[in-house]
Amino acid sequence: MSEWEAMAARLAAGEATLLGLWGEPGRVHLAALEDADAAPAIRHLSRDCPDGRYPSIGRLHPAAIRLERAARDLYGLEAEGAPDRRPWLDHGAEPTAYPFLPVTGAGLHQIPVGPVHAGIIEPGHFRFTCDGETVVRLEARLGYAHKGVEALLAGADLPAAARIVGRISGDSTVAYAIAFARAAEAALGTAPPPRAAWLRGLLAELERLANHLGDIGGICNDAAFALMQAHCAALRERVLREAAACFGHRLMMDAVVPGGLAVDLHTGGAVRLLALIAELRARFRGLVRLYDGTVSLQDRTVGTGIVRAGLAARFGAGGYVGRASGRGFDARRTPGYAPYDSLAFEVPTRAQGDVNARVWIRIEEVTESLRLIEQILDRLPEGPVHAKMAAGAGEGIALAEGFRGDVLAWVRIEGTTVARAHLRDPSWFQWPLLEAAIEGNIVADFPLCNKSFNCSYSGPDL
Amino acid sequence: MFRTLLSGLRPPLAEPPVPDTELAALGAALDAAARRRLGRGLAIRAVDAGSCNGCELELHALGNPFYDLERFGLRFVASPRHADVLMVTGPVSRNMRAALARTHAAMPAPKWVVAVGDCGAGCGVFADSPACLGSVAKVVPVDLTIPGCPPPPARLLAGLLALFGRR
Repeated sequence: MSEWEAMAARLAAGEATLLGLWGEPGRVHLAALEDADAAPAIRHLSRDCPDGRYPSIGRLHPAAIRLERAARDLYGLEAEGAPDRRPWLDHGAEPTAYPFLPVTGAGLHQIPVGPVHAGIIEPGHFRFTCDGETVVRLEARLGYAHKGVEALLAGADLPAAARIVGRISGDSTVAYAIAFARAAEAALGTAPPPRAAWLRGLLAELERLANHLGDIGGICNDAAFALMQAHCAALRERVLREAAACFGHRLMMDAVVPGGLAVDLHTGGAVRLLALIAELRARFRGLVRLYDGTVSLQDRTVGTGIVRAGLAARFGAGGYVGRASGRGFDARRTPGYAPYDSLAFEVPTRAQGDVNARVWIRIEEVTESLRLIEQILDRLPEGPVHAKMAAGAGEGIALAEGFRGDVLAWVRIEGTTVARAHLRDPSWFQWPLLEAAIEGNIVADFPLCNKSFNCSYSGPDL
Repeated sequence: MFRTLLSGLRPPLAEPPVPDTELAALGAALDAAARRRLGRGLAIRAVDAGSCNGCELELHALGNPFYDLERFGLRFVASPRHADVLMVTGPVSRNMRAALARTHAAMPAPKWVVAVGDCGAGCGVFADSPACLGSVAKVVPVDLTIPGCPPPPARLLAGLLALFGRR
């Protein structure tokens, strides 16, 4: 049995967790974490596919199915034995011609939704099959935001590549930039200065804060509790304004680059951020009480959209989706990276796996992010924020923990340009779980469930 | 719950509606122009044509208590049938081309199109991708472009003002 097939067996047996599967012309790659490793490191396998074929991982391990479909669309690599051979990112010339999986039964009807949705939302299509009000099956069709990211990255110089990577999923621009920078630094053996590593942590926690605040409000809004949305959106705006004041951009795009940071914390930034933390703490406390004490809201979120723990573990779902279903994985801990290895923080988990649990994970992570920012500001090293990248060739892989979960970055650098790169969004392993979570719920609860996942469309659409 | 609710609503959480004087002037002008043109309101339909979702975040922010675009009579609507203005983000991925064209076709005239962000304008990082058409104007007629990556909410409001000022 080849190393590749042995890994497929371990993934299927639940002894390893899939981190990604991707292609390049004539070659397929896989990354995983092995449970047996005492000090978990990313295992990276790759194999040549001279005839364009490789043994399917998805055949044994469903979490790989969509990744294999994407690799086939992008590079023509055939996963032998793959259970689902439909295209994924390639919509062809006739976008409405797509063979959804058949659903049969008496009295069932279908509701097609998207790709243009009712709100300000990314594009995707949801095909609901319903029995009265109850969803029997949801099948999502994504790929509408496919932008040819990997083709643009191939041949780009490092600064240009970093700009593209920062726009694969705009809400996670910092996390993507950190993952890519760390992969590039590993490839060329460059270490960023200590101050840069610490400021990256600061940026990442600000991004997490802003997104979690937006999500908590958004979830409540989808349960028709607009008051929470108004308050949370105001707090989110405060974070974005401070981010702009401290780093020059509301979403902190292009701040993190290979070698360190493109921008240092602006003068007076630490004082501003400490004031922000005090303000958020004071205001957030009341909002948590409001969430917890509003029975009509709890009635919507508790017991809705349950993801079973076994499924979350099998798909290696990261972020609040995994943690709300008992999977405590956090890339800041495992494999871990600076500055988190010298900071104190909790990774909250819950067992219920419902919308309420996903809200609570976010609530607790807001509190943890505030603690982390305080610690970083307290111990922020002095010094430069950028080191010149060494020239040369190499390959690097890294994980970074975004607000939504772990982002995987792999890059091969030749000279001063990116030969190939791949970024794996956390949503790859969360979207399929949404289809399971909605089963047996009413159609009207879909927006609530969907927002509690808040998966990225652009990120996995590449 | 009422106590929490009411104490939470008290200032300063509910910020003064317009914190920046620039925004105040902008809002006043937009209000006058919008009323002249469309009476009491303007309905906006947003379509993401392959954006990275950065522009969506800032379009969302227009609704927060700091910008509160509904006080100008501007609001996002759920159907293109109800819309006067189509705000389009993204470099128009090939996979969104048909959906964008059909959304535009579904809007009643008179209608205006705003291309949002560097991608919509055709100068973003994905403009030259073979998987994208490259700009909103390649698919639907564009009346106004609001550049930025992403354009901050204040600029989005200013852009809507420019749309009215021109016509």
